[in-house]
Amino acid sequence: MLYREVKTLIGKDVKLELKQKYVINGILLYLLSTIFVAYLAFEEVITPDTWNSLFWIILLFVGVNGISKSFVQESPARYIYYYTIASPQAVILSKILYNLLLMAILSLLSFGMFLLLMGNQVINIELFILALLLGSFGLSSILTMVAAIASRASNNFSLMAVLSFPIILPLLLTLMKISSMALSGPEWPGTGGPLVILVTINLAVIILAYLLFPYLWRD
Amino acid sequence: MTNRLLIKGLWWKALAFLLLLYAVIYGFFIPVPDTMIGGSMRNVFYHVGMWFGMTAMLTTSFIFSIRYLRGFKEKEDLVAVEAANVGVLFGILGLITGMIWAKNTWGAFWVRDPKLDGAAVGMFIYLAYMVLRGSIDDTHKRAKVAAVFNIFAFILWIVFVMVLPRMSGSTIHPGQDGAPVMALKLSSDTRIVFYPAMLGWILLGFWIMNIRIRIRKIGIRHEA
Repeated sequence: MLYREVKTLIGKDVKLELKQKYVINGILLYLLSTIFVAYLAFEEVITPDTWNSLFWIILLFVGVNGISKSFVQESPARYIYYYTIASPQAVILSKILYNLLLMAILSLLSFGMFLLLMGNQVINIELFILALLLGSFGLSSILTMVAAIASRASNNFSLMAVLSFPIILPLLLTLMKISSMALSGPEWPGTGGPLVILVTINLAVIILAYLLFPYLWRD
Repeated sequence: MTNRLLIKGLWWKALAFLLLLYAVIYGFFIPVPDTMIGGSMRNVFYHVGMWFGMTAMLTTSFIFSIRYLRGFKEKEDLVAVEAANVGVLFGILGLITGMIWAKNTWGAFWVRDPKLDGAAVGMFIYLAYMVLRGSIDDTHKRAKVAAVFNIFAFILWIVFVMVLPRMSGSTIHPGQDGAPVMALKLSSDTRIVFYPAMLGWILLGFWIMNIRIRIRKIGIRHEA
């Protein structure tokens, strides 16, 4: 039941995104132009540390921009309609999974752009891709939940940043730690701890979202 | 009702007053261990108390946010927001006392350190919580949305405070194994001031919270 609702809702979001192409195009352009600005701002070859910080900070901003629309894109009346046909758990899970898809595409794309413009600094590619995917999951789940909270208030966009930045830090710093390991050498030992922390944060956020979203749902 | 936490009576207020009076006076008379930081060690009775107070307040706020979502009683939201307010007050005082202490012992007002970062992030979260509350007009909606954010953010903050020291490895802040300045190993002399002082600060926090809630209630009754 839940599975079917989630599947239908994700399908609805994908269709909507393909229909209103300007939204996704806007985010893609935002991603490309931010990386291009960073590329122009740093004239010299940059160090792995700078590469790492720059990459995740840009991805964070792209994520905030891309996900903030999650609960304000459609008209309020249509949300009321969704309330009547779907369970709140299905709605939040479908949004998180849909945003995961979006973030995974965006993060792989920005990795590609970084390779193109900033040069390849990653030694352990597999670890970095793993960090990207787990990171997309974490960014998508935290930011989706914050988008749901911010959508209930006025001045949605600035709230989105103010609410999400401090609570996303444990995730972001863990991600930066893992990816700096991927940048510094091909070894895997030592990555276990941070990876476990990353998975734990992701699980905790999913459980919290599952439990708390029903309270945001109804007025 | 909120009576379970808002203890009635005068005894605990008197206790808070006496404990803090004792800490402020006796804290300056007892001999402190002879460490590099000398007499500024006494700040441990006051600065650390801010963190104890803040943690107690933010935990109270978290608990009352959960309770609010279980029954939607306005009074519980009132406790949640005022506990958060007092927690932020303690947090800011803790940052100030810590910065002055840091300047005198480490040579800089702010150093890169997981404990300091954790405290700063906690302040950002609860200031954002206040901004969130300010941007919703409807009372019930505000209480509900703020409670959801409070629960979500508090748990992630706890993760941050626990995870971060492990990420960055070393810290120069005491209270962590391997801190070079001094581990928070108190001598028996300092201990007889330290623990009462901590209890005193926590009780003071509840006292301030209590007064603020009563002021709010008068305001609500006045409007009605």
